[in-house]
Amino acid sequence: MFLLYKYDIFWAFLIISNVIPILAFLISAVLAPISKGPEKLSSYESGIEPMGDAWLQFRIRYYMFALVFVVFDVETVFLYPWAMSFDVLGVSVFIEAFIFMLILIVGSVYAWRKGALEWS
Amino acid sequence: MIVDTTEVQDINSFSRLESLKELYGTVRVFAPILTLVLGITIGVLVIVWLEREISAGIQQRIGPEYASPFGILQALADGTKLLFKENLLPARGNTRFFSIGPSIAVISILLSYSVIPFSYHLVLADLNIGIFLWIAVSSIAPIGLLMSGYGSNNKYSFLGGLRAAAQSISYEIPLTLCVLSISLLSNSSSTVDIVEAQSKYGFWGWNLWRQPIGFIVFLISSLAECERLPFDLPEAEEELVAGYQTEYSGIKFGLFYVASYLNLLVSSLFVTVLYLGGWNLSIPYISVPELFEINKADGIFGTTIGIFITLVKTYLFLFISITTRWTLPRLRMDQLLNLGWKFLLPISLGNLLLTTSSQLLSL
Repeated sequence: MFLLYKYDIFWAFLIISNVIPILAFLISAVLAPISKGPEKLSSYESGIEPMGDAWLQFRIRYYMFALVFVVFDVETVFLYPWAMSFDVLGVSVFIEAFIFMLILIVGSVYAWRKGALEWS
Repeated sequence: MIVDTTEVQDINSFSRLESLKELYGTVRVFAPILTLVLGITIGVLVIVWLEREISAGIQQRIGPEYASPFGILQALADGTKLLFKENLLPARGNTRFFSIGPSIAVISILLSYSVIPFSYHLVLADLNIGIFLWIAVSSIAPIGLLMSGYGSNNKYSFLGGLRAAAQSISYEIPLTLCVLSISLLSNSSSTVDIVEAQSKYGFWGWNLWRQPIGFIVFLISSLAECERLPFDLPEAEEELVAGYQTEYSGIKFGLFYVASYLNLLVSSLFVTVLYLGGWNLSIPYISVPELFEINKADGIFGTTIGIFITLVKTYLFLFISITTRWTLPRLRMDQLLNLGWKFLLPISLGNLLLTTSSQLLSL
């Protein structure tokens, strides 16, 4: 059952926690000194002139891990409702959940064998 | 036309009552939140001080001593200093991402405090999805780190942001699976119900004894989620200057600093709630019945004792993670990902299946 009024305090908390960084920025904007200079605003590269842009291609590995993550994260999200009503659902639903998990385990073993989980 | 004055007065007094009620309602909503925020702030200041004192103890230094006796106000002094520092925006970066990044990190971590029970039913929002809300909200923080890494337009920051995202998604899954086993044991994901389920046999009813593997996996992955030292690759000084916070100065840097300590505090609080019986005194055989009576009757005394017990357990874990930080060396990136994907993930899946089987036997 959804009791939405329970979330009122959560939204209020969200508003207050949004106010905290804004307040910090405002106070800092009032108090902090401003003295601009071209050297100061260039990005840090160990003291030498920055070479080129930082928005460039990066390792494909990050994407591979993100893909495997999505698979497992969705799996756990689906398992949560099952876990919460485990005592009601009993053995038959456990077997179904087990098959669901087994498919994902086979998938992850495949990903492992194919080297998706290797960094180098 | 004759106006019935008494009726008008009645309506007036009624509307005044209504506005009073509204005011009372607003106060009732905002007072506990502000108290919680104040408490969290004090908690974070204490952690910063503790970290400096403990690290000084481990390295045989003296540590902070000038700001007030024992340097208790050192953290506050540092924070105030950051407020007075200039805010630099990198000229070639994306200013919007650069400013929003630290805010998102702080906000998302602050929100997870709303489901933590500090004492007997002393919880900001007793939601029935409790612990799941924490998992959902805590995965927003890496987006903030990624944004700040991208918005800085600096190679170190960009790599740091990517690493932060990769690390937190790698350790998110073992963490979630451990929490799943816990909510399976207590048939609920409300944090209050999880603590209640552990209150039966005192000390021996803790989930720590029923889930020893899950406990260790949870501890390791929560350390990795906090980016604490054995796992602090996103801000590894020797390789990446300061990772995603290289370009930050002033209060924006301070927000990152606060966010990391908030994360540490919330993880320790969740260890207490999930594995160590939360606010319960948990001493079997010596259980003082009157004390439990008081605890149940949610009087001021009982509530205070509950908060005290929760904080003692929490700070025990903070002590452990601080000493870990100053004892262990850093992992390599491939070691970190291997530990997450090839060790903790299969173990936590196995732990889940083991828990399920034992629950099936007891059905």
